[in-house]
Amino acid sequence: MTALDFARAQFAVTTLLHFIFVPISIGLALYVAICQTRYYRSGDEVWLRATRFWGKFLLISMAIGVVTGIVQEFQFGMNWSLFSRYVGDVFGAPLAMEGLIAFFLESTFIGLWIFGWGRLPKRVHLATIWLTAVATMLSAYFIILANGWMQHPVGYTINHATGRAELTNIFAVLFNPIALLGFTHTVLGAITTGGMLVIAVSGYLMLRGRRSDVVYRSLRMALPLTLVAVSVTMFVGDSQGRVLVSQEPMKMAAAEAVCNSSHGESFSIFSVAGFTDNPCPSQLSSIRIPHLLSLIEDLSWNGNIRGIDQIQAAERAQYGPGNYVPPVGVEYWTFRLMIGAGVLMALISLAGVVLGRGGRLERSRWFARLALLGLPLPILANWCGWIFTEVGRQPWVVFGLLKTADANSPNVGMTSIVLTLAGYIVIYGVLIAIGAWLMWREVRHGPEPPAEPGDHPAGQAPSPDLVLAY
Amino acid sequence: MHTDPGFLQILWFVLVGVLWAGFFILEGFDFGVGMLVKLLARDTVEKRITIHTIGPVWDGNEVWLITAGGAMFAAFPSWYATTFSGFYLAFFLVLAALIVRGVSFEFWGKVDSDRWRSGWEWAMAVGSGAAALLFGITWADFIHGLPMGPEHVVHVSLLGLLHPYALAGGVTMLALFLAHGAGFLSLRVEGDLRSRAVALEAVATPVASLLTAGFVAWTLADHAWAVQIMIPALLALAALLGATALNRARRTGAGFGASALAIGLLTASFLTSLYPDVLRSTTRAAYDLTIAGAASNHYTLVVMSIVAVIFVPVVIAYQGWTYWVFRHRLGRDDYEGPLTPVAVLEHMTAGQDNRRQSA
Ligand code: HDD
Ligand code: HEM
Ligand code: HEM
Repeated sequence: MTALDFARAQFAVTTLLHFIFVPISIGLALYVAICQTRYYRSGDEVWLRATRFWGKFLLISMAIGVVTGIVQEFQFGMNWSLFSRYVGDVFGAPLAMEGLIAFFLESTFIGLWIFGWGRLPKRVHLATIWLTAVATMLSAYFIILANGWMQHPVGYTINHATGRAELTNIFAVLFNPIALLGFTHTVLGAITTGGMLVIAVSGYLMLRGRRSDVVYRSLRMALPLTLVAVSVTMFVGDSQGRVLVSQEPMKMAAAEAVCNSSHGESFSIFSVAGFTDNPCPSQLSSIRIPHLLSLIEDLSWNGNIRGIDQIQAAERAQYGPGNYVPPVGVEYWTFRLMIGAGVLMALISLAGVVLGRGGRLERSRWFARLALLGLPLPILANWCGWIFTEVGRQPWVVFGLLKTADANSPNVGMTSIVLTLAGYIVIYGVLIAIGAWLMWREVRHGPEPPAEPGDHPAGQAPSPDLVLAY
Repeated sequence: MHTDPGFLQILWFVLVGVLWAGFFILEGFDFGVGMLVKLLARDTVEKRITIHTIGPVWDGNEVWLITAGGAMFAAFPSWYATTFSGFYLAFFLVLAALIVRGVSFEFWGKVDSDRWRSGWEWAMAVGSGAAALLFGITWADFIHGLPMGPEHVVHVSLLGLLHPYALAGGVTMLALFLAHGAGFLSLRVEGDLRSRAVALEAVATPVASLLTAGFVAWTLADHAWAVQIMIPALLALAALLGATALNRARRTGAGFGASALAIGLLTASFLTSLYPDVLRSTTRAAYDLTIAGAASNHYTLVVMSIVAVIFVPVVIAYQGWTYWVFRHRLGRDDYEGPLTPVAVLEHMTAGQDNRRQSA
């Protein structure tokens, strides 16, 4: 492996680990805000306990999300300095806006929320959690603008004197269709993630016989929300796929493992393909359903589907010699795993909603067991989604403009990258282990019981678990 | 590309400076408080008090750094690319320090055990101290210049960054932030803890002033006693002397303000020492990275200026409000007493009304 490979590995590892916590934070912030609003409206103390219970998960997730985010921000300059120099003029703008508009809001108001209990008027305190929730989504918007520009560069020219891309139209960047779709898809995916976490934890507590109002109410609130979120996520994802066919055709051809252009293309349901270079057609074998792909992508029985070989030839003619095929195996399987996880999550939440309507939700053990899948599935879907998006763009780092191989820092040697990669893995590993263990403790501890006078003798300090703040 | 910088380029150079200054002033005291957790607070209650003085604000303070980095990226992509890749291992250590200390606040109270808490206090103290030291070192390296080639690529090892001048910068920054943190703590707590913070500050501020004077003299000697560096640097020293005097006169609030001002002015002197470059090459003057050469195009700077004009005041307003909300001193009574779950709930739900009534 070269220094470039390690730089890529470093980006992949740090980003994917950051993205365990990001969707949990975005999803739970919204969820906690809803619980607190219900408490504010009704004065019902069950909602207060729900707010505090899920709030603890939110805070643990945010703590790790924040510190791993700083690494991301620095990494463009550290590992990808040629990239930063080349596109910073355009790409830096959304990143700076993210800091100024989203991160300040998020970090300030989460602090006010944590320490503002009892100090701020209730209405203002409620506003702080809503502002936090909005800020997490704003930050998702700006970072996905930056990422969307890499997938589909708009609003720029290449200045031949300086050899850099320069911004010419900020509105094109702010309303980049690829980014808007990606933002919607990612945020709805995050809301799904938060909801599934609530469903999974509730399911576990029900299995353990920890039946409490907090659990039932949270579950009944999370189920429909998650069902809607995951359904719309899938709907938007479908539109993204169709847009990609024209914007990044290679990504979709790889996702479907289609080697040659044809009319009435079949849909592959299982395929063994190379994970590195162009496997077409000798190393690619798949089991296929006739005509289905044309139906999905083109909505017609005999729709034309472009294949990897033809796109490769076209891109070679356009961009010069080179291999423009991403690892087909990665694309094929991550795409299917994401969709599969999405379908499963939709089914789980649908089952819960149906059981809830029939009043059988609280007694159903099989549903509680099924709910436990709510933990791994969203993480799997999110990871596969990002790997699919980013690997499918290869060999480009900015589509059509800059290749990944020309983007890394020339002055950063192999030793430095390997050393820091090992460092990040150790640090993140410890953080994640501690974070998971703390969350696990909160799960086992369960929501606070309703307050009963005389529970604890006066003078005895409460266990820290009772204290939301640190 | 050795043209004079235009108005917007200078504006953004100043704005990047303002963001760094904001970061040093604000995160400076929470680095300081982080270091003091082990040094000043004696028992768990005092430690919790100490952590709570910065609990609501430290993350917001850190965003000044993130935004400073973002602003460098957007307004001066080459500056961002050159320095961040040049400082590769140093910045890795900065990140490690920031990570460890960032989670330490949140994790500290999550498990009720002395060993657990003590571990995170160490993380807080060492992480904060290391970050302060490293920011001092890297900024001194900025001022000193780096071995930069014609393509604005820096080739330097970690040890190459640790020359005596850079170390002097690191130690100065560490002392300044420690004193600044003690000043903040003495403003925000009551009782014994406060007396200890005041006593420490009375020593730390003069020591930091001396170190700063030495570092400033060294910088000026290196830069041929340039007037544009001398003015902010001397003003910074004056502010530090003012802080020392005000603290002696028991005017803690004004003293803290003076030390914040000093840190801001010192940052200004860092920036003026770079002008009209953003980074000087120690290899050959022709390789210097100038403001004009590093800047984004005019259109980007216009867009970013509009965004900054709208949002910087808004950010300052709500961050200022946060400090106002959490202005009252924290004492033992806030943390001891009959804290049953009922009391906790009452504190949270009816606390506001209670406070109003008792006030
Ligand atoms: C879809 C959303 C999303 C995505 C794709 C990313 N992030 Fe992130 N990031 C967030 C959503 C988010 C967040 C929800 O806003 C976080 C996570 C937890 C938190 O507190 O804020 C956050 C935290 C966070 C922070 C710390 C903010 C603070 O101190 O408050 C930084 C600097 C970044 N991120 C930077 C990045 C960069 C440079 C990314 C690109 C590689 C990235 N994030 C991917
Ligand atoms: C916003 C600006 C972003 C930039 C500049 C960027 C850039 C890059 C680069 C240079 C690579 C290495 C090339 C490679 O390994 O193939 C990469 C890989 C990757 N990125 Fe992005 N990325 C961005 C955003 C994101 C985001 C927001 C995510 C998800 C949270 C993400 C997920 C990934 C993943 C999973 C990989 C690994 C792919 C692989 O190893 O091939 N990226 N990205
Ligand atoms: C039928 C279901 C789904 C379809 C058809 C689908 C489709 C897609 C497509 C085409 C992309 C690539 C976008 C691009 O490269 O620009 C994508 C990315 C992504 N997907 Fe999905 N998706 C589905 C379900 C899900 C679910 C359930 C989640 C998470 C809970 C998810 C999370 C993501 C993420 C995080 C990305 C990367 C961000 C982005 O580029 O939008 N997806 N999806």
